[in-house]
Amino acid sequence: MSPKQRRMPVFVERKTYRRRRMADGARMLPILGALLFCMPLLWAVSSPPKTTVTMFYLFLVWIALSVTSAIISRHLHDDDNGSQSDAENGGR
Amino acid sequence: MASLNVLVLVCLIYVIFLFAVAFAADRAALHGRGAWLRSPIVYTLSLSIYCTAWTFYGAVGFAARSGLEYVTIYLGPTLVMIGWWWTLRKMVRIGRSQRITSIADLISSRYGKSNSLAVFVTVLAVIGTTPYIALQLQSVTLSFSIFAETDMISGGPSSQQSTAFWVASGLAVFTILFGTRNLDANERHHGVVMAIALEAVVKLFALLAVGVFVVWGLSGGVAETLAQIDASPISQFEVTNSRWIGLTMLSAAAFICLPRMFQVMVVENEDEGHLRTASWAFPAYLMAMSLFVVPIAAVGLERLPADANPDLFVLTLPLQEGRDGLAILSFLGGFSSATSMVIVAAIALSTMVSNHIVMPIWLWMSGESAMVSGDVRSVALLARRLSIAGIVFLGYLYFRVSGGGAALAAIGLISFVGVAQFLPSLMGGLFWRGANRVGAIAGLVVGAMVWMYSLFLPSFGDTVFLPQQVIENGLFGLSWLRPQALFGAEGLDPIVHAVMWSLLLNTFVFFVVSLLSFPRPIERLQGAQFVNVFQHSGTAGSWSGGLAQSEDLLIMSQRIMGASEAQALFAGAARHQGIAGLLPEPTPDFLQQLERELSGSVGAATAHAMISQIVGGATVSVEDLMAVADETAQIMEYSSRLEAKTEEQARTARQLREANEKLTQLSVQKDAFLSQISHELRTPMTSIRAFSEIMRDTEGLTEDEQNKYSSIIHDEAVRLTRLLDDLLDLSVLENAQVVLNWQTGNLAEVLDRAISAAGVNEPGFKVDRIRAKEQLELRSDLDRLAQVFINVISNARKYCDASDPVLRIRSKQSGGNLIVDFIDNGSGIPTDKQALIFEKFSRIGETKAGGAGLGLAICREVMARLSGTITYLPGQNGAAFRVTIPIDVEAAKAAE
Repeated sequence: MSPKQRRMPVFVERKTYRRRRMADGARMLPILGALLFCMPLLWAVSSPPKTTVTMFYLFLVWIALSVTSAIISRHLHDDDNGSQSDAENGGR
Repeated sequence: MASLNVLVLVCLIYVIFLFAVAFAADRAALHGRGAWLRSPIVYTLSLSIYCTAWTFYGAVGFAARSGLEYVTIYLGPTLVMIGWWWTLRKMVRIGRSQRITSIADLISSRYGKSNSLAVFVTVLAVIGTTPYIALQLQSVTLSFSIFAETDMISGGPSSQQSTAFWVASGLAVFTILFGTRNLDANERHHGVVMAIALEAVVKLFALLAVGVFVVWGLSGGVAETLAQIDASPISQFEVTNSRWIGLTMLSAAAFICLPRMFQVMVVENEDEGHLRTASWAFPAYLMAMSLFVVPIAAVGLERLPADANPDLFVLTLPLQEGRDGLAILSFLGGFSSATSMVIVAAIALSTMVSNHIVMPIWLWMSGESAMVSGDVRSVALLARRLSIAGIVFLGYLYFRVSGGGAALAAIGLISFVGVAQFLPSLMGGLFWRGANRVGAIAGLVVGAMVWMYSLFLPSFGDTVFLPQQVIENGLFGLSWLRPQALFGAEGLDPIVHAVMWSLLLNTFVFFVVSLLSFPRPIERLQGAQFVNVFQHSGTAGSWSGGLAQSEDLLIMSQRIMGASEAQALFAGAARHQGIAGLLPEPTPDFLQQLERELSGSVGAATAHAMISQIVGGATVSVEDLMAVADETAQIMEYSSRLEAKTEEQARTARQLREANEKLTQLSVQKDAFLSQISHELRTPMTSIRAFSEIMRDTEGLTEDEQNKYSSIIHDEAVRLTRLLDDLLDLSVLENAQVVLNWQTGNLAEVLDRAISAAGVNEPGFKVDRIRAKEQLELRSDLDRLAQVFINVISNARKYCDASDPVLRIRSKQSGGNLIVDFIDNGSGIPTDKQALIFEKFSRIGETKAGGAGLGLAICREVMARLSGTITYLPGQNGAAFRVTIPIDVEAAKAAE
């Protein structure tokens, strides 16, 4: 890789920008999911919540995460120039 | 009542159907048909081997015992999957670019293709997976026995054992048949993947069907089911924080590290884009799998007798309600879960065992050389087939020995903890360049030992491997070494306790040893390629080619890859190199490509070892090392280069700007001169015309008047002639057409001549000379030199604006040159004009003496002909010119 390509442009075109923000979203999603999945532990501090309530909560969060993940991964679709911008993005 | 015979029949039909599907898929792939085989949906479904029989049956049992806690087993993988951008994407990219065949291969590749590491990972994976295979066999036999009980056929343990045996044999046959069709483990097993995708659909459908039956068939609706859950013993969400978080983390780690998951996720991956679909579809699949677990458990707890095994509610509920069809479907679901897991686990483990243990041993035994006669290819295939049979048999043996009791049921999580020990080396290898082989081995050893001691060995019961005394009082009677309360951490759940300590110590040792030890070059190279896989998905370490003989390589490759494939590869490489025939030059590029191809068949470490036997050792080239050394170095080098270039450009720009300024000024000067010269020419012409007209037209001019007018005409004509002479002189000098007349003389005499000719011997102008220093002999064209002096001196006379003008003339000898300085006490020449005074037509300021501006230009040309120079000498409190003349012009010319 030539050093030239390492240089990151400060401004990128709109599409690339959007794609990178979607990648940021994809990175944050599991952290958000982990937090949400741990919520029932907070409810249990005073008295254990009902299984049915917790069940509804967990499954709703689960569905929401799947849907969000689907939306994000759809926007990460244009992978044609992906490797290029990945490299610029530090590969992360 | 469902007859056992019907069940066996259905089961057989199902198995035959699976064989047919696998066979058809393999055929379709072989003929290049079946793009749908490579669809992301098939990939997603194949990931579902995560849901084994242990989760199919066991989840309900888990829920019946501890409520919603079972869901953690699915939450971990969900989080990993929706976080694919972090980890899985990188793993898949590396797996594809490095042709990774198993998780042992990945770890050993990362740490410098170390076979010892691969062996260790393989052994740990086998230890961790064998009980799990036993668990699958147990679930199948248990579910069979349920049908046998209801069928009132005397079952008994012996028939259970035989069931397990037949199931194990069938699975081994299937796996060998479809899992080892081709040697290249990196090629996709389309048949197997298709079969497990189908089984994924069956088990999901079965579980959903049972769930729908329970909710709407038995309870009578959603509201009633919820009421039933509220009334059941599991109505409260009672989980401890540590177990909830610990189990979620554990299942997430296992999802990444399990050999079978690695197999379907990375090795069988067809296209990186499939991950994108799986990132949401697989969490949705898991969600659907766990949706009805709690209702089934609650209803089962209420309806079935208290002594019923909750692990089998999925099966016993429909049976008790007389829904035989549903029960058989449910059985097929469990059967699918069990078989798909065993098949993929056997493929994954057999690849590891044969590549990292059997093949190296065989190569070593067969005489140190890969060149011995015999077909490596068939040996490798045989090794893999025997490994499959061996692994399945080992599972069966474990099942027999352990007796299939409750101890086995707990083994699911225990083996999760075992394989989770790969996590620090794996993640460290993917994200940390500093991770090295020694650190990885140390971390793995420590983690595995802690796991063994604190979880695996105690799981066999009190007295099997660890004496009761050790469990209660610790090793050597040290209470802080009690297996389930290490370092005094009492009261924790054993699983959470083991996860915490084993992973903490593993990571800590891995990190510290990596910090303290130094990696080999190839480790650093591989490390850079793994960690920065998105920057350079390209090359691995290079071979020092040229020593190898292509023919030997071809012979070796033929025996591993098969004759036609190897020949095609070599011929392609030869064509690529522009060589006719079959044998390419063993360039580093080609050797690298070959190594990668071979590693698809026998693993990276073995392929590396085999090529190095022929080539005589891989080297890491200087270029490779430089690539590894530091990106920052490259960037710094680049930026300093850029800086230098910028400076150079700035310099050039400055020069250009100066030149441009000079040109502009010259152009202005020229314009000024043109008007000046026409004026200069016109003035004498006008007076000549006027006086000649007077002399022609006026009659009666006196003698005096005639003399006066004609001398004016003469003077003006002389002036014109001088001007034209100057121009001519300059043009001759510039074109180097001048003829010089070399003579020897004294500098003082030349100066005398010049001063008298310049007409400065008048009162108002003083010339300050030191005659003693002017007694210098020189050989030059003295007439031309005098011309230069005259010009300079008369310039001083004309332009020196001091009230009491003095011209100092200083001479000295310097080396082979004479230096004569002419310095007046006038105001000098402004700096911005100094560059211009030697140009033609240049005149400083408004001339009062009416020169044509050619004098200094002529001087410069003359001096150039005489091999000397005339320059302006700044900083002398007046106009100052320095004339440098060689003492012997002919010698100077010769030197030039």
